[in-house]
Amino acid sequence: MLLLSLLLLPLLGAVIIGVWPGLARQCASRLAITWAVLPLAVLAAMEFQYAGAANGVLAEWSLPWIPDANINLAFSADGTSFLFLLLTSLITLFALAVSAKLDIGGRAYCALILVMESMLFGVFTARHFIPWFLCWEMTLIPAYLLIRLWGGKGAPRAALRFFVITLGGGVCMLLGFLALQLAVGTMDFAQLGALAAHHQLAPGLAKSFAVTGLDGHVLLTLVAVLVFLGLAVKIPVVPFHAWLPDAYAEAPTPVTMLLTGLLSKMGVYGLLRVFLVVFPEVLPGLAPWLTALAVATVLLGAMAALAQKDLKRMIAYSSVNHLGYCVLAVAAVAAMHSDRAAVSSAVAGVVLQAFNHGVIASALFFSIAILESRSGGLRGVNDFGGLRARMPVFSGLMALAVFASLGLPGLSGFVGEFLIFNGSFGLVPWSAAISLLGLLLTAVFLLRLIRLVFHGPLPPAMAKWSDLTSAERWLFVPVIALIVIPGLWPQVLLQFINGDTLRLLELLRPIP
Amino acid sequence: MTPAWTLSSAFLGALLVLLLPVRMAAASRFIALAASLVGAVAAAAACLARLNNPAGPAWSFTRPWLPTFGINFHLAADGLALTLLLLTGIVAVAGVLFSWNVERRPRAFFAFFLTIIGGVYGVFLSRDAFLLFVCYEIVILPKYMLIAIWGSTNKEYGAMKLTMYSIGSSALILIGLVVAYAAAGGTSFDINYLASAHYAPSLQLWAFPILFLGFAVLAGIWPFHTWAPTGHVAAPTAASMLLAGVVMKLGAYGALCVALPLFPLGFAAWQPVIAGLAVIGVVYGALTALAQKDLKFVIGYSSVSHMGFVLLGIAAATHWGLRGAVLQMISHGIIAGLLFGIAGRVVYERTHTRDLNALQAFDLWRTLPGAAVAFTLATAASMGLPGFSGFVAEISVAIGLWQKFPWLVPAIAAGIVITGAFSLRALHKAFFPVRSASAAAPPPLAPLTWPEISAISLLIAVSLALGIYPKPWVVLIDDGLRSPLFHTILSQP
Repeated sequence: MLLLSLLLLPLLGAVIIGVWPGLARQCASRLAITWAVLPLAVLAAMEFQYAGAANGVLAEWSLPWIPDANINLAFSADGTSFLFLLLTSLITLFALAVSAKLDIGGRAYCALILVMESMLFGVFTARHFIPWFLCWEMTLIPAYLLIRLWGGKGAPRAALRFFVITLGGGVCMLLGFLALQLAVGTMDFAQLGALAAHHQLAPGLAKSFAVTGLDGHVLLTLVAVLVFLGLAVKIPVVPFHAWLPDAYAEAPTPVTMLLTGLLSKMGVYGLLRVFLVVFPEVLPGLAPWLTALAVATVLLGAMAALAQKDLKRMIAYSSVNHLGYCVLAVAAVAAMHSDRAAVSSAVAGVVLQAFNHGVIASALFFSIAILESRSGGLRGVNDFGGLRARMPVFSGLMALAVFASLGLPGLSGFVGEFLIFNGSFGLVPWSAAISLLGLLLTAVFLLRLIRLVFHGPLPPAMAKWSDLTSAERWLFVPVIALIVIPGLWPQVLLQFINGDTLRLLELLRPIP
Repeated sequence: MTPAWTLSSAFLGALLVLLLPVRMAAASRFIALAASLVGAVAAAAACLARLNNPAGPAWSFTRPWLPTFGINFHLAADGLALTLLLLTGIVAVAGVLFSWNVERRPRAFFAFFLTIIGGVYGVFLSRDAFLLFVCYEIVILPKYMLIAIWGSTNKEYGAMKLTMYSIGSSALILIGLVVAYAAAGGTSFDINYLASAHYAPSLQLWAFPILFLGFAVLAGIWPFHTWAPTGHVAAPTAASMLLAGVVMKLGAYGALCVALPLFPLGFAAWQPVIAGLAVIGVVYGALTALAQKDLKFVIGYSSVSHMGFVLLGIAAATHWGLRGAVLQMISHGIIAGLLFGIAGRVVYERTHTRDLNALQAFDLWRTLPGAAVAFTLATAASMGLPGFSGFVAEISVAIGLWQKFPWLVPAIAAGIVITGAFSLRALHKAFFPVRSASAAAPPPLAPLTWPEISAISLLIAVSLALGIYPKPWVVLIDDGLRSPLFHTILSQP
């Protein structure tokens, strides 16, 4: 029940904000911020009442949907889900607070963000394809409307492109899973994982799709590719990122935080918790392709960021680059899952990288929002200069976020990337080595950003700018804390996922 | 309450409305509401009773009618028919609520309206082919009247085209039924009897397409779909809702429950052709909707696309496929009713335009936020997003297709994506326009009225209920699919 209340809580808030007659704009956003604190309380309660169940499940809830086809709306939260739920609650709260600070939105805006939060909770806890996909697709409508209605000039086009491309990816994934349902009669992730471990998916597909005359292994590979397409569009993996730069740049900044901090994590979560679990049989065959795509994502993301003049687009592409490391780790695990130490390092790295990237990207986009609000909408890298003198506190905090982003040891960004490379080098050494170039390029464009924005001559228009107000400082406090603490003491996050990682290793171990 | 209450309440209501003195004409809407509510409640009660007692015998009622020809007044309702009765009841209630302000000749309007509803109930309840045909015919005349008198845009043309198609398809159905009657020995029109008779394969090969096409035309099968968008656009709102919501379902229901069981061998031979036409319908309807300028035409062509899914499920003819076809009938009935209600009643009555470009000037998102929210939800439901009814139906049809025609599945995927694109385009243009800062302020519009809000909420709630918790509907539909009528079809390899 605790889980159900968590899933429905933001939705209820959205309904209240939506239908409350005559609720003023300011009150709506204050109410939404207050409401967004509640899920954190539920999460705390969930963690508090956890008695250490053997399967690591903190809370679960289920409802039969089409019983004779074994379809249930099954949700359960384990440690890994917990981290993603925590990230979702934190980023949503932060985005709402930043929106209130920047005076963006109103009732509908706050309600849509809360709806999206509910759906993200669902994605990070669903244990069956149907509820997972239900929540997955339902994030589209709020995201689309948020970009479309509160975005910049090019927003209608960007939003439509975002919607249609991700819908296409979703349909591919759906068809893939329906084929599995037909072949083996279930879409439950755990059941599919168990069947896969016993090598029963390929024969099932071969039997059900005898019409096509294809071998079971080939069919299973096709299904895996379909599912991967859906995930890849969301993360996004190069070359499926066509929707990203415009959507990120045109969305209002708090919405960009949600897109990069949370929506892209849906894809990472899916790769880790669904793709690896359901398709271990065909992963070795797909691994070279996955690795190639991951390396391309890492390198092209970084290079594209290097070429950007617009700060928002630069950070958007750097997000592509950072999530490329997650894909690299998954590809490495796919390539060879016999080296347990390397695999567990890579898997833990994926979760930490996802969490930390969400926080760091939010901090960076918040910094850009502050620059935008001071300059009246400018966000070109060359529009600024010498701000260190005028805004020392802001410069320090933004620089901290930038350093975390480029993976400086001691800050949170380092931990995830370290674990990922630590794992990947043992599994796919050459690709990992090439991807290291990505780290180098990241350092180049981020340091250039620091130099251009904070150093050099101060443009006359900026001579009167004031440093952060106390409200802005307070907004920075939680994100900076979340960057520094896990950087110094990664165990604070790792403790949640150790058990799940071991269970995943068991699942991945091939049964002869 | 037995399911017979649906039929009798509708016809009694129609009679009462006609008997009303002229000075009390305004009361007709209350009678219509009461009659449709009784029907909906009776259908819901029958559904619940069936769910509680799924193993018991289905309700049935028989009286001799024309014994010379073996024609009986035979009504019966298994789970499948019950779900469709419930759909009809819900759409009828919403239709009356959306027609609350009809001022022109309200008595005649509601009398025709209730007659259509009664005819539709009759078709879903009939277990005698002749009775089914009579009920089917009852629907045609009031349909014509509603469009020709209360319609808009090009109404005479639309009404005539729709009626011509209906009469043509009825002729085909009559031929098909009489062939079956004669070939089965000329003793009975009972559907179960006709279905259990053995027909020569050569006869089935030519009789099946005649009977099937007769029904499928009314279901909007490509290339005989053109009556649908034209007729829907010309019709007054409540009639569009009925036409797209339930009358098109009559065709699909007839194809599923009469044409297939009567001539299973003929069906097996024509199966790939039907599947091909249905896929073309899905994609063609969606592409055509993408190019429309009139909001109602967008919805009209989207109906063709959605009904393509019903025909696809029927063409697949596996358990999943048939289940998906019925789910899609229900889902599309609800969603089409909602879309037509909002576009035709809520928006058009206030703006007096349905042109997507002209609507931009009204900035509906700000001047009529309730309608914008409702249409956004309806659009989400229409494009088959999970959580709404369309999703359950589309995945069932897709699984059915994977089983029988895996090569057609990519076309379905394309259809779904194009549906997403045209739905968003219409939503954009009509409700969330991009306006330059210098554009004149939009005129203020009257807020939503209570009948409108109730009708919208009812339809959205049903779509969500089916989308989030389809179990009871699936149980009922499976109850119908267990009937001996479908044994031959479902036992095909």
